[in-house]
This record gives sequence, structure tokens and C-alpha cells, in this order.
Amino acid sequence: MAEAHTQRNLILILARDLASRLATPVFVVDHEGTLVYFNEAAEPVLGRTYAETGELRAGEWATEWTPTDDEGRLIPLEDLPLGVAFREGRASHLPFRIVGGDGVARAIEATAFPLLIREGEIVGAIAVFWERPAEETAKR
Amino acid sequence: MKVTIWGCRGSLASPGPETVRFGGQTSCVTVHLSDGSLLILDAGTGIRPLGMALGHDHPKRIDIFITHLHTDHIEGLRFFDPIWDPSVELNVWGPPSPVRELRSRIAPYFAPPFFPVHLRNIPSHPAFRDAPTSTWRIGSAAITAQLIKHPGPTVGYRVEENGSALAYLPDHEPALGSDLSTVEAEWISGFALAAGAAVLLHDAQYTQEEYDERVGWGHSSTEDVVTFARRAGSRRLVLFHHDPLHSDEQLERILARANELRASGDADVELAREGMTFEL
Repeated sequence: MAEAHTQRNLILILARDLASRLATPVFVVDHEGTLVYFNEAAEPVLGRTYAETGELRAGEWATEWTPTDDEGRLIPLEDLPLGVAFREGRASHLPFRIVGGDGVARAIEATAFPLLIREGEIVGAIAVFWERPAEETAKR
Repeated sequence: MKVTIWGCRGSLASPGPETVRFGGQTSCVTVHLSDGSLLILDAGTGIRPLGMALGHDHPKRIDIFITHLHTDHIEGLRFFDPIWDPSVELNVWGPPSPVRELRSRIAPYFAPPFFPVHLRNIPSHPAFRDAPTSTWRIGSAAITAQLIKHPGPTVGYRVEENGSALAYLPDHEPALGSDLSTVEAEWISGFALAAGAAVLLHDAQYTQEEYDERVGWGHSSTEDVVTFARRAGSRRLVLFHHDPLHSDEQLERILARANELRASGDADVELAREGMTFEL
């Protein structure tokens, strides 16, 4: 018997296939902004595994890791790189801080870009991110 | 619906004594719907004898569904008799491209130096349409097109009528980057097109040994297509897009291997051949 008769957009399938083979932390969201995957490389930075979080809606993941600027001010979803990628349909980059699921605060920076299949049609977005070097974080 | 295979060879037309049983024409399949509508899946060289068979009695409206623009899927279009008939309403559906409309991507095939007649001078003035992203109706059938894993914009099609579905994925590499036996079904390329299909026409171009040296070329091994059909719950698997270097005897060995791989409850497996028909 066939399993459930639904399927992800091919672009998301390809994005996940690629991310799953990269050593760079990658976060993939679908056309509604729902987190649909982050790779193993992202797990130590986020302090959680994808198996633990599963899918999270935009409003959930945007607060799950408490993103703040270097002065401790909360960054709303629309100002995070993924938020900008969705809202403005362009790549966006930002250094900021998060608190991982393991309770550890980390300084990271992220670059996000929309997955555009045609002008104005976004099927998802990808963010790549990494921890900032400790010395750089200390200067701020 | 009645389905007929006019060409099932992949990559390059391969006529000759080595391929006479399964045929050397490249991809072309017709679907005659119960309301009389004629759908044509791909326009490989198999569409030329189809045009001759239709003769002057061809329907006034014909819809051709192109999976992608590799030559073996469109090379026959220029030699399909009805395109030269100005009274025909010819709709050519194809994969949407992120940047260019279908007509402009096909036009070079209908222009010097590849062809003497410009597309604008084709008497039927075909209408080129991007396949919609959601299911649409033509005649008595519901048509679904979805992007699938193959180099360049490529779609597979599902044609459904009276609760029975034909799935057509002639060029497809779902195993690229995925373990088909373990990945969640919703993350398998082409899954929704093939799910529960009464007949699945699917790429089976390579043996496993050949595939191991051609990963990323966009085609499937015998092992992967059997697994794909199992996951999708397809009821009848027809191995399609035969490699141009495979003789009839080699194809028989591929079929034998596919049958070895079948588990209880799996789809029946057979080799596509020219002239093969199905009633769904």
C-alpha cells in the first residue's frame, strides 16, 4: 500500500539532500516559514537535534532559540535573516546571539536566502550559520 | 483510458536487430481518454509513427505533455504530422523554467541551423504552456505535473480518470541523495505522482553496476526503481527509458533482476515495449 499521498516540493527535497551532506550548519524552512529540517552540523550550535524538535512553525522557531543582538535585545522574526529573505525576497546576513536548547548562549552569524522558483514565488528559504570566533564576540 | 507505448528507448533512438523486440524509438506514450480526448506523453521519435497512424482522422485538439527538453523527448515533434495541419488545436505542456517561457526554450529546435522551418511558420501554431503547479483537467482526466529529480527542469505526470491513475516518470533519479528504503515518503521525489498508480512507467535505464558509475546523470537503477515502486504502492511497474546500448537480451536480464528484487505484495514488473497497451 502507498504511504500518505503527500510530497514536499522538489526544491525542498533537494535542499534537504544537500544540507544533510554538508559540514556547515544549515536550516531549511518551507513556503510558510515552517522549519522542516536542520542538519547534523547545526545540532551542536542549536543545542538540540532535529529529531528532538521536529517541524516548528515560524512563530515557534523564531523564539525557540531566543535570538538577541549583542546588547541583549530580542530580534523579531521579521528582522532575522530568514525573515528578511521571506519578506523581501533577497539574501540577508546578520550576526546575533542565541541560547541553545542545551542552555548555552552562543554568538553566531547567519546568511539566509529565499528559494525562488519563479519571480515572486518562494517555496522556502535556507539559512547557513556558524559560531562567531570567541575573540570577535568578546570585542562586542 | 487506453495507454499505448510508441517509444520507450532512452537518450538516443536505437533501431536495429538488437532492439527489435522492445523497440528503438525514443519516449512517446498515448493516452486515449473515455471522452475521446487524446493525450500524448513526450515527443520522442515514437511520435512520428503515431502521427502516421492517426492519419487524417486525428482529433481536432491534441495535448502533448513534455517531461523535459532533452532531445530524446522532443526530437520527434517536428515530424508529427498533425503539427503541419492548420486546423489542429495543438497544446504543448512542459516543465516550467525559473527564467524562460517554454516556447522560447523549444524554439531553437525549430530554427536553423537545426531545422529549416521556424516555429512561427508551423501551420498548427502550437500553444506552449507551462504545466500548472496544481492538478488541472483535460477532457475527462485530471492531470498532475510535479518537478522531479533529473538534470534541468523536469516534470513527471499523473493522469487520473475514473479513479485509476497512470504515472509517467521516464527520466527520474529519486535515489540521488536519498536512501529510498528509509527516507520518509513525503521526501521522495515523484512519490505523490506514483502513489497507488495502477500503472507506473518509470525510468530503469541502468543496471546497478552501470548506475554506480553514472550517479547524477538523472536515471535509475533496477534496484532503485523496484524500491521506488514499492514505497509508492504502485500496482504495475513498467520499466521504461531503456538504455540505447542495451540489447533485447540485456533488457530481459534486467527484468529477471527486477523480479528477483520483488518482495511479496510488490508491483508486477514488465519491460516497456513499442506497441504495448494497457486499459485502465
